[in-house]
Amino acid sequence: MQSYIIIISILILALPLLNFLVLGLADSRFSHKTAGTIGTFGLSIVAILSYITAFNYFFDFGKIDGVYQKFTQSVEWLRFSDTLHIDLGILLDPISVMMLVVISTVSLMVHIYSLGYMKGERGFQRYYAFLSLFTFSMLGLVVATNIFQMYIFWELVGVSSFLLIGFYYTKPSAVKAAKKAFIVTRFADLGFLIGILILSYFTNTFDFGALTDPNGSIIGNPASATFMGFSVLSWATLLIFMGGAGKSAMLPLHIWLPDAMEGPTPVSALIHAATMVVAGVYLVARLFPLYFFVTPDVLTVVAYIGAATSLFAAVVACTQTDIKRVLAFSTISQIAYMMVALGVSGFGGHDGLGYMSSMFHLFTHAFFKALLFLGAGAVIHAVHSNEMGDMGGLRKYLPITHITFLIACLSIAGIPPFSGFFSKDEILVAAFHHDKILFACQYLVAGLTAFYMFRLYFGIFWGKETHYHHTPHEGGVAMSAPLIFLGLLTLVTGFVPFHDLITTNGVSFAAHIDWAIAIPSILVGVAGIAVATVMYKKPSDIPNKVATAFNGFYVATKNKFYFDEIYLFVTKKIIFNCISTPIAWFDRHIVDGFMDFQAFWSNMLSSNIRYLQSGRVQQYVWVFTASAIVIAALVIF
Amino acid sequence: MIPIEYYFVISTLMLFIGVYGFITRPNMLAMLMSLELILNAVNINFAVFNRYLYADQLEGMFFSLFSIGIAAAETAVAIAIIINVFRHEKKIETNEVKNLKY
Amino acid sequence: MEITANQIIFFILSAIIVVCSVFAVTERKILRAATHLLFVLLATAGLYFLLNYHFLAAVQISVYVGGILILFVFSIFLTSQVGSEMPAVKLSRKIAGLVVSISGAALCLFVLLTQNYPGAQEISEGEIDMTEIGQALMGVDEFQYLLPFEAISVLLLACIIAAILVARKK
Repeated sequence: MQSYIIIISILILALPLLNFLVLGLADSRFSHKTAGTIGTFGLSIVAILSYITAFNYFFDFGKIDGVYQKFTQSVEWLRFSDTLHIDLGILLDPISVMMLVVISTVSLMVHIYSLGYMKGERGFQRYYAFLSLFTFSMLGLVVATNIFQMYIFWELVGVSSFLLIGFYYTKPSAVKAAKKAFIVTRFADLGFLIGILILSYFTNTFDFGALTDPNGSIIGNPASATFMGFSVLSWATLLIFMGGAGKSAMLPLHIWLPDAMEGPTPVSALIHAATMVVAGVYLVARLFPLYFFVTPDVLTVVAYIGAATSLFAAVVACTQTDIKRVLAFSTISQIAYMMVALGVSGFGGHDGLGYMSSMFHLFTHAFFKALLFLGAGAVIHAVHSNEMGDMGGLRKYLPITHITFLIACLSIAGIPPFSGFFSKDEILVAAFHHDKILFACQYLVAGLTAFYMFRLYFGIFWGKETHYHHTPHEGGVAMSAPLIFLGLLTLVTGFVPFHDLITTNGVSFAAHIDWAIAIPSILVGVAGIAVATVMYKKPSDIPNKVATAFNGFYVATKNKFYFDEIYLFVTKKIIFNCISTPIAWFDRHIVDGFMDFQAFWSNMLSSNIRYLQSGRVQQYVWVFTASAIVIAALVIF
Repeated sequence: MIPIEYYFVISTLMLFIGVYGFITRPNMLAMLMSLELILNAVNINFAVFNRYLYADQLEGMFFSLFSIGIAAAETAVAIAIIINVFRHEKKIETNEVKNLKY
Repeated sequence: MEITANQIIFFILSAIIVVCSVFAVTERKILRAATHLLFVLLATAGLYFLLNYHFLAAVQISVYVGGILILFVFSIFLTSQVGSEMPAVKLSRKIAGLVVSISGAALCLFVLLTQNYPGAQEISEGEIDMTEIGQALMGVDEFQYLLPFEAISVLLLACIIAAILVARKK
């Protein structure tokens, strides 16, 4: 029973890799149509296999005695000591199976959508190769059996993200954005790696099963060593969370995500909205028992960083004018929501509501955020601009996009019966039972979310009637079909009984909508929508008045609270000038100087003695004769 | 009667004129010609020593004889090589034929 | 000291050898240099006549003049354009060559001229009998040279093959 599922899982991983190799090594030999077909066909098989896996896992063999089990199949790869070794393998448990479904579905939608969106682009085949590489690495990340395997795929995901952000590599801004994304996440990954090393040093294992077993020895008897007043395991989990924060764009490592919107829009939908950026959430969820039982203080840090990030990003999103950037900040905000949910979660049964709701929100968010990005892509495709100022009144030209975008907006704003309402409501309930400050913060964010999403919606589809050079039109079946499919998913995913499927300890628990919290949250959502409607549905000067009234705050928000500038100041002014420049000087003049000195001497010496071996016969003869004469003269006299 | 020293003067001059030519000539054929001068000077000396000091024997003469034969062989091979080099490089100037050096 | 005809001839030959040698190594037109070399070789043959080595002189003329020099001339025609001059020699190299040659010549002459030659005899008149040479070449006793003769013939054969091999077109 279990073995064929493992084979299917290996196939799920192997197919995208195969696609990548075929497309990547074929040197642009395929026509655009063939390349797209190969990529999409491979991905649809992967998606089908993922559904089979999920169905079988959740409804057939996954549950033993009412508890969802972890199935692991791995081979040893590197052995450091008898207990410490790195395996490569496949781990199936509720969250990894759920992620398989999310990733393959969104990836398939993006593959199909890109057939239309990227039509005729230069590097079409390269694009599909990178998409396959990304899908492979992301799938590998979620089924990793141990933290080191996860780290490997984690870096692979980073690389493919880098490649795809820099897809338009002739555009300087894209190159800059790719570099920024890579460097920032890489910096965070440094923390991740150190965290892994500390953790494995003190626990003697990389394996997730051993690390997260609530009855195991690691959680039962955690290492007691401390460093600077905190236990080493706290440091380890904090550093690991730093890696997650980098990938998931938590404050203050969020700066790369808005710039990453330089990549093609379907890529933003896949990588920077639905899958890769939730890797941080997934990481914390994966190690959740460790966080909860061993280092609850770090979990609190996670919650507060999440809350701060979600509030910050929601505020910034209200003032951005580039539609993809609005969505980027919205993504940051929503991922932070999931982090908060993890941070406030308990363990077991109904206490684990936060964990469950976090995964639930991850699930629903992946679909409606991908839908939003793909919708934005359709708009950009039609208008050839990212700026909200260039849009307006598009509902007449893009009816399908309009309807699906509206569905997604309602969903993210938390209006029932759309999927976002259910997951967000669970998060609010969990926060309410844990920490009232966090709850207030998230409540506010919910209102802001509704406001900025509808500001965006009205800005694009209503608002002023813009005159377009040529009539905007829908992008064809390839682009509309994924929109419709994701729209349907957004409508139905809210009803998936997550509390039965994904819980902290694998045991189902009963959850129901807490209307005492749900109704105010709906109300705040509606209020946000109402304000946005008043301000943006018809062209009016209210937004300008509001902006003038809060001038300082508005400017600060518009500039994303100067985070980029602070980073630039710290890196350029402080690190570069005070540390790097002297080191560079030292390197150039002392280290290189020493080498240059050696090179100089050997150069001089050899250029002098090279006349001994010039290869000129006549010179040899001269030397020979002269020496013979001198020796003869010496002998004679 | 010609004193033996006269011959030595002639052969010595010839030898060192040949050395001078071998050192200064920029052309491989010309260098080979200088080489012939050197060989010739040595042959003269062999013959002269033989004739003046050991007149009843023939070693010196035969040595010259064989030396002439070997010089012929050496010249033939050398010229074959030079022509081959010329065919590849289109030049026989010693400074410009460098491919064999490296 | 009376001057004999032999001496006159010797001086004429010496003058030819020295002057033509100098031209043979300094002439910039290579064909002329070869011609000067021809005169040097002929004059050398003349010296052998003076020494009464007629056979040696004949060999010198036939092998050197008739064989080697012809080879030179052919190869000059093959490799150089008629009338082309060799590039001028750099002064530094000239000086280097002159220094070595003159000092070497001075040293050799010093040694040769300060030496005493007690056994120097009058040259016997009349040439060496050809029969004697032939027997010396074909004999295996002391002062007979069959072995070097055979060795040199093998060497010549090897040279013929090598020359063909090296110079033939691929």
